[in-house]
Amino acid sequence: MARSHVLVCGGTGCTSSNSGLILEAFNKELEKQGLADEVKVVTTGCFGLCALGPVVIVYPEGSFYSSVKVEDVPEIVSEHLLKGRIVTRLLYQETVAEDQIKSLNETDFYKKQVRVALRNCGIINPERIDEYIAYDGYQALAKCLTEYTPEQVIQIVTDSGLRGRGGGGFPTGRKWALTAPNNAPQKYVVCNADEGDPGAFMDRSILEGDPHSVIEAMAIAGYAVGATKGYIYVRAEYPIAVKRLQIAIEQAREYGLLGKNLFNSGFDFDLEVRLGAGAFVCGEETALMTSIEGNRGEPRPRPPYPARKGLFGMPTVENNVETFANVPPIILNGPEWFSSMGTEKSKGTKVFALGGKIKHTGLVEIPMGTTLREIIEEIGGGIPNGKRFKAAQTGGPSGGCIPAELIDTPIDYDNLISIGCMMGSGGLIVMDEDTCMVDIAKFFLEFTVDESCGKCTPCRVGTKRLHEKLEKITSGNGTMQDLDELEQLCYYIKENSLCGLGQTAPNPVLSTLRFFKDEYIAHVRDKKCPAHVCKSLMSYEIIADKCRGCTACKRACPVNAISGEVKQPHVIDKSVCIKCGACIQKCKFDAIVIK
Amino acid sequence: MKTLAELQAIRDKARMQMKMRGDNREAVRVVVGMATCGISAGARPVLNAFVNEIEKRHLENVVVTQTGCIGMCQFEPIVEVMAPGKEKVTYAKVTADKVARIVAEHLVNGNPVMEYTIGNVMK
Repeated sequence: MARSHVLVCGGTGCTSSNSGLILEAFNKELEKQGLADEVKVVTTGCFGLCALGPVVIVYPEGSFYSSVKVEDVPEIVSEHLLKGRIVTRLLYQETVAEDQIKSLNETDFYKKQVRVALRNCGIINPERIDEYIAYDGYQALAKCLTEYTPEQVIQIVTDSGLRGRGGGGFPTGRKWALTAPNNAPQKYVVCNADEGDPGAFMDRSILEGDPHSVIEAMAIAGYAVGATKGYIYVRAEYPIAVKRLQIAIEQAREYGLLGKNLFNSGFDFDLEVRLGAGAFVCGEETALMTSIEGNRGEPRPRPPYPARKGLFGMPTVENNVETFANVPPIILNGPEWFSSMGTEKSKGTKVFALGGKIKHTGLVEIPMGTTLREIIEEIGGGIPNGKRFKAAQTGGPSGGCIPAELIDTPIDYDNLISIGCMMGSGGLIVMDEDTCMVDIAKFFLEFTVDESCGKCTPCRVGTKRLHEKLEKITSGNGTMQDLDELEQLCYYIKENSLCGLGQTAPNPVLSTLRFFKDEYIAHVRDKKCPAHVCKSLMSYEIIADKCRGCTACKRACPVNAISGEVKQPHVIDKSVCIKCGACIQKCKFDAIVIK
Repeated sequence: MKTLAELQAIRDKARMQMKMRGDNREAVRVVVGMATCGISAGARPVLNAFVNEIEKRHLENVVVTQTGCIGMCQFEPIVEVMAPGKEKVTYAKVTADKVARIVAEHLVNGNPVMEYTIGNVMK
C-alpha cells in the first residue's frame, strides 16, 4: 500500500499551465528513485486556487505546493517523498508560518469557505468511481431507492430550501414536484452544463473534479419525478469535463449504478451526454432542449413549461450542474443541515468564480449571506497593486454591478435582485478604479448582440441598437437625450423578449446607469472618460515645465506624433497620436499626462 | 449494484486507501527518520513495514510520515510515535521485524514496547 499520495490538479486551469507534464514527471522521477510502489500519484479536480497553479498536494503531510514547475519535481521527490523534508520554498507561502506549517484550511483563502458542491473537488480522483464511493458516493441514491418514496425525496429537497444555481433561483423541490404528477410514456431529467457566462467556470470544475456527484443526483431526480432517462448537455469547449463525464458514466454502468433495476428497487435510469456547439442561448432551458432534440438551438415560448412539455414534448426536469451537486449531501445529511446554512430565503452555499482585478483568482464556495467585502478582501486577498475597489460584476451578461458603497451587502438571491443585480451562475468579476463602467456595459452588450439567436425582434434588433448607442457615447458623440432613450430601450427589450437572454440583456446597462450615471454624464456632457479607458475621449499631453527634452518619448512613439529639440520641451501632435501609451511608460519625469 | 452492503464494502475498502488525505491533526503520528543516515541504516523497509502492517490491521486514525535527521545518527532507524495528549515515544534501531510488535502492542493496545525504546537501546 502506498505510504504517500501526491495529488496533482488536473482542472482546466492547471492543465493549461502544464500540470499534465508535472504528473508525468512525478511518475518518471518516482520510478527512477525506486519509490513507484510507495508513492501514489493521483489526478484530481480543481482545488480552487487557480491563480497559484499548477497545484500539487502531498499527503499525509498535506503540504500544499503552488506554481510548481517540471524542474521542481526531482527536488520534491528526493527531499520530501524520500527524506521527509518538506520543500518550504515551493509551499504556498500563506501556509508557512514562522515556526510551523499551517493547514490549508487555516489560510485566508480557505478558512471562510464551506465546501458542499465542491466537497470532493481536489480530493478524489474523478476518473475512479471507488474514490467517489469512499466519500459516501452513491449512498444517497441507495438511501432514496431503498428507504424513501419519490414523494419523500421531493419533500426533503423542498424542505432543504435548495434553489436553482444556474441563475434564476427557482426552488428545486418545487420544480420536481411540478414534474412528478404529469403522466407520460417517458419523462426526462436534463442537466444544464452549458455554462456560458464569461468568467464563470464552477460547473466545469464540478464536472472535472466530481462528475459522479452529478450522475448520482440525476438518478435521484429521475427516481423522484419518475424519469428513466437523462441527458447532460455540456459545452464541447470543455473537453476535460466531457471526457471525465464519459468515463464516470461508463464506470457507473459497470458497477450497476446506472442501468436496470438499481439496488433491486425496480427503478431504471440511464444517461447520455450531448455536446453543445457553443451558443450562449442554449443555456436557456427551452433552447437547450430544442438543441438536444437535434434542432437549431432557439428558445420556445413558455408556457407550456418543461415540467409539462419539455424534451421531445415530454415532462422534463432540468437543473444546473451545481444544483445537482448539492443534492446527494442534502439526502445524506438531511434538509435541516442544509437549511441551517445561508440566509432566510437563500439556503446553503454558492460557488463563485473570482476573476478580474483580484489577487486570488479562482473558485470559492461560501455560505449564502457572506458579504462582498469578505469575498473580495479576505478570501480573494484584495485588489492588486494598491488600487481602489470600484465595483463587482455578477451574473455575467444577464447581471449587473455592485458598486463599492454596497460592498457590505450579504450576497444572496434576493439581495442581489433588489439592487438590480443577479446571482447568475456565479461569475464574480472584480473591477478597480481603472475600469470604465460604460465600457463594461458595452462589452457585455457586444456579447449579447453576438449571442442573440435572432428569433425575436426585441432581442435581435434591440440589443444591436443598445450597442450602437453605447458606441456613440463612448466615442464622444452622445447627447443627454441618448441617455434617456438608452434607458427606455432597455425596458422595452426586457418586457418584450421571448427568453431569458433578451429579458436580461439590458441589465448591465441599467445597472451601470443606476450606480454610475455620473460616468455616463461625463462621457456625454464633458466628453471625458473618468477612468481613461475610452480612447476617443482622452488625449495625451506633455507638461512643458516638467519635460527635460530627453527625447525618450519621441523615440518610443510608433507613429512619430512627438516632436521637439533635445533639451527643449516636446509636444504631442494630437491629430497623429494613436493613444497607445508608449510615451508615458518611457517618461522618467512624469511629464506626460492623460486628459 | 443490488444492495447497500455491496456499496458499503467498496466504500470501506476505498476509504482505507484514502484515509491519509484530509486534515489529520488528531491522528496518531508514526514518524520515521528518513535522512541519509536513516535511509542507509535501513529506514525505508521500516517505513513500508509500518504502512503495510497498519493497513493489514485496518487501523484508522494513524498516519505514517517521515522526518529528517534528529542528530542521533548512530541509533537510526529511529521511529517516533506521537499520540495527541500523550508523551512522545522514541524507538531506536528499529528493523522491519520489530514493526509488527510495535503496531500490535503500542498502536493497537496503547502499551509502548519498552525494550525497543531509545532509553533501553542506549544502555
